[in-house]
Amino acid sequence: MNPAVTTENLSKRFGKVEALRGISFCVPEAELFGLIGADGAGKTTLFRILATLILPDAGNASLLGLDTVKSYRAIRTRIGYMPGRFSLYQDLSVEENLNFFATVFGTTVKENYELIRDIYVQLEPFRSRRAGQLSGGMKQKLALCCALVHRPELLLLDEPTTGVDAVSRQEFWQMLGRLKQQGITILVSTPYMDEASLCDRVAFLQEGRVLAIDTPTGITTLFRKPLFAVRSRDKHRLITKLRTYEHAASVFAFGDSVHYTDLRQSPEPHELKAWLKTEGFDDAEAEPVKPGIEDTFMALMESGESPEENS
Amino acid sequence: MKRFIGFVRKEFFHIMRDRRTAAILFGMPILQLLLFGFAIRNEITEVRTGILDLSHDVVTQELTDKIFSSGTFVASGVLNNGKETGPAFASGKMNEVVVFESGFAGNLQRDGTAQMQVITDGSDPNVSRIITGYTESVVREFLVEKAESTGTAQGVEAVPVMMFNSALKSVYLFVPGLMAMILMLVSALMTSISITREKESGTMELLLVSSLKPVQVIIGKVVPYLLLSFVNVITVLALAFLVFGVPCRGSIALLLGESLLFIMTALSLGILISSITNSQQVAMMISLAGLLMPTVLLSGFIFPITSMPLPLQVISNIIPARWYLVIVRGIMLKGAGIGVLWQETLVLVFMSLLFMTVSVRKFSERLQ
Repeated sequence: MNPAVTTENLSKRFGKVEALRGISFCVPEAELFGLIGADGAGKTTLFRILATLILPDAGNASLLGLDTVKSYRAIRTRIGYMPGRFSLYQDLSVEENLNFFATVFGTTVKENYELIRDIYVQLEPFRSRRAGQLSGGMKQKLALCCALVHRPELLLLDEPTTGVDAVSRQEFWQMLGRLKQQGITILVSTPYMDEASLCDRVAFLQEGRVLAIDTPTGITTLFRKPLFAVRSRDKHRLITKLRTYEHAASVFAFGDSVHYTDLRQSPEPHELKAWLKTEGFDDAEAEPVKPGIEDTFMALMESGESPEENS
Repeated sequence: MKRFIGFVRKEFFHIMRDRRTAAILFGMPILQLLLFGFAIRNEITEVRTGILDLSHDVVTQELTDKIFSSGTFVASGVLNNGKETGPAFASGKMNEVVVFESGFAGNLQRDGTAQMQVITDGSDPNVSRIITGYTESVVREFLVEKAESTGTAQGVEAVPVMMFNSALKSVYLFVPGLMAMILMLVSALMTSISITREKESGTMELLLVSSLKPVQVIIGKVVPYLLLSFVNVITVLALAFLVFGVPCRGSIALLLGESLLFIMTALSLGILISSITNSQQVAMMISLAGLLMPTVLLSGFIFPITSMPLPLQVISNIIPARWYLVIVRGIMLKGAGIGVLWQETLVLVFMSLLFMTVSVRKFSERLQ
């Protein structure tokens, strides 16, 4: 089975800014592959190269066995691309947008209705509303419909859930799961760590480099330091105080608790609690927890280089 | 083909949804024609004329009556000597003074010539030239009538006659220029804005990734504006004929055909502009400053090309409106056919092809 996407040493610079510095990865067919990275990590540039919209300075990429530079025409008809910014016609209605993209790809909405039905039923009540007047979540669902309407074999989704409410995000990811089951390969980027765990595999991107590629559970094994969840009423002061602790490696706010990493191999939680008590945190609790994807990503970002090269 | 029709339909949606743009597209030509036709008129309807008669004889009296009987000239008083002329002009009481030399009738009888002077306000040269011309023609007519009634031969005299626009109606001159201006504005400005808008909103990214070819995108953008501009041509022509009685002496079919050609030139210029820039603002600036201004100033619409300094005359050659203006004036006012206008037509054909080719080549299939 051929991989759906392969990139080899992709590099791209814009003036002095190196957007991509040698990106290599491989995505097999029907995989839901996530690209995780902060703003400016190079996600959009990578998507544009894959969508044949810009040329890489070095390296090469192939989609569905076709080279992005040489066979760009053939690729364009077989992929669905959803740019990071909402890019539909705001002055056209939901229905008109969808029909337009269907005709432009030489098909009809009816022909592929089966594929978009799950998503489109939610849009149906607003079919005659202008796209510009939809809510953020609805806009993204419409954009996904438009990217799907010609039944692509590969979907490139650049931050489809940014600026979308939690419920819509969840629905969106459920849809991606269903599309995957139909055999569509999906490349999706997101700044949200909780979404990373919904992918088959994820790649961490930072400053144009791949920090790590693995399954969501696999990637957490890269985190080897002891991790504690610390709780107290005054979370803000707790963070500031913990950072001054002599054994502290890193301290991050994480939901309603604080994730604390110790420099030592096997520290005792009660030791930490005792120290916090002397600092005036009478209600402080500390318990060891398993590292999540966010912890791993933070740790990898901190070290700034690929852990594979390290160990 | 289906894709293409879908694309064109979408363009029409854009135009119609944007009320302001639609209003500008259809309202502007009508408004401008009416403005130019009614408000900005060059012909003189009321010349306040004073008479300074140093002769006081039968002939000067007859001539004075003749002048005031034409309807154009309004008697605004009699002057007694030349010193009163200045104040009369300064106060705005008069804008023309006709002076008859003393012994006017006697001189005319004896020598066949007599001196009269037409004084006009030189601070408005255009107006004074027209007034002088009117006065001269009245006098000439008077002399002819007089010669006929007395039967005396007057010899041969060269009489200038304004052909094609004998009444010197300015609206005749404005209509062709206005058509050039409106077509340039609608076609070039609107297409360049509509393409750069797709670039700005990111939809161009999606169009590129779709399987539409650059040529399809470009032609899809062109067709709606071609139709709209054509509607504008017909509106302007119909209004000009119905409201101002501007005739079309030549073939209407030829006029419409040439207009289509000019629209194509303007559209291809618009596409060329949008292939250079990615922002609507810049596209608008280039269209207005780079296309509209020269169309108004250098095409011969307002200032005659022959009276321009040589460098500007040379520049005017690359302005499409210059050639279109010659064609429209030729067809509408002179009734000229393609046999006379083929050179100008060829220039426009060549320009359109050149701009089209360059813009299709420059139209990038990728993002810059």
